[in-house]
Amino acid sequence: MRLSGSELECVRGGKRVFANIGFAVGAGEALLLLGPNGAGKSSLLRMVAGLLRPAAGSLELAGANCDRSLAEQAHYLGHLDPLKSSLSVGENLRFWTRFLGGGRGEGPDEALRVVGLERVGDLPAGYLSAGQRRRLSIARLVAVERPIWLLDEPASVLDADGQALLGEVMRRHLAADGLILAATHAPLGLDPARELRLGAVLP
Amino acid sequence: MTALAALLLRDMRLAVRVGGGALMGVLFFLLVVTMVPFGVGPDLKLLARIGPAILWIGALLATLLGLDRLLAADHDDGSLDLILMGHAPLELAVAAKALAHWLTTGLPLVIAAPLFGIFLNIDGSAIGIVALTLLVGTPALTFIGLIGAALAVALERGGLLLPVLVLPLTVPVLIFGIAAGDAAILNAAPFGAPFLILIALTLTSVVIGPVAAAAVLRHGLD
Repeated sequence: MRLSGSELECVRGGKRVFANIGFAVGAGEALLLLGPNGAGKSSLLRMVAGLLRPAAGSLELAGANCDRSLAEQAHYLGHLDPLKSSLSVGENLRFWTRFLGGGRGEGPDEALRVVGLERVGDLPAGYLSAGQRRRLSIARLVAVERPIWLLDEPASVLDADGQALLGEVMRRHLAADGLILAATHAPLGLDPARELRLGAVLP
Repeated sequence: MTALAALLLRDMRLAVRVGGGALMGVLFFLLVVTMVPFGVGPDLKLLARIGPAILWIGALLATLLGLDRLLAADHDDGSLDLILMGHAPLELAVAAKALAHWLTTGLPLVIAAPLFGIFLNIDGSAIGIVALTLLVGTPALTFIGLIGAALAVALERGGLLLPVLVLPLTVPVLIFGIAAGDAAILNAAPFGAPFLILIALTLTSVVIGPVAAAAVLRHGLD
């Protein structure tokens, strides 16, 4: 499996954020997107996820399951944790597992254990701290198997344990021939990872 | 299919939990129906005459209540991104959400309508028929409102815009719903024709609403 983008251009609100960006990631590889705030890291991830149309350029997924689109084979972990505060932790995760088509993968119960939330499974998600909410979002990636992970600042609100856990989960995903695109400021503990530097705002 | 069933169940669960909209619709409906007799005075004949209209307008306003959050809530917490990335077609996903909204808001209104009809001096058999027109017509209100709910996402802070955009589109439903109800009470006009048109309006909006809402959401990607 190989994910590549070529000559991608992003325009937001009439302003060009980046242009002529290309990348290629193969199975078992991680690509870190680096750059200052506003460089378009998140935009590039949303573009790959199919949530933002590229102004120019193209994305291609080679050697993959043909009846599934790129977006349907990708996990997107954005700034927001898509949780409903009146549903319990377990209900939230079970919903996303079923909605995202969790035929394969660890399943919700095992995923909760992996991220260390098994003891708060019955608690309404509204009571979780920011770090716990992020852990619950990471549990989604474990519960449902999808080969491409798009991570936007995944470690931003996690404690040291959480970051170690995230690194472990990501390494396991890479070992299973997954691929990861991650926008980050902090080192994610992935070694070796290739880097793509996005510059400052273009004129 | 499991994805859509999961979405339907989640939305219904959210609606009946604390802070959900399920009971709010019925309560609002009750308020409209109880306040109108105070406004028009204690004329029982007049109340029976305008009863179906009051039930219908109450149901329309109660349905609109909370409809602006139907998709906007999912947009605000990032759920909509994942719904867009799911295997289920977006049209069916928004249809499942609309169905959940109708089951938790519209259906309780239909069930409560016979009781509220007594407040308005509508007699026994006519109450059944008005409730029947509501059962057939309220899905149309929800699915037309779905288009507005999608626009409320695309135009951020468009909550106030929703009734302005949606109400004119619901006028035909209101006209034929009330016409069928009146026909039952006054025995002056035929019941069949407006009732059949009401069914047609519902079936049309059940098809057009999700397709239009999905198109709005896709267009709003940016």
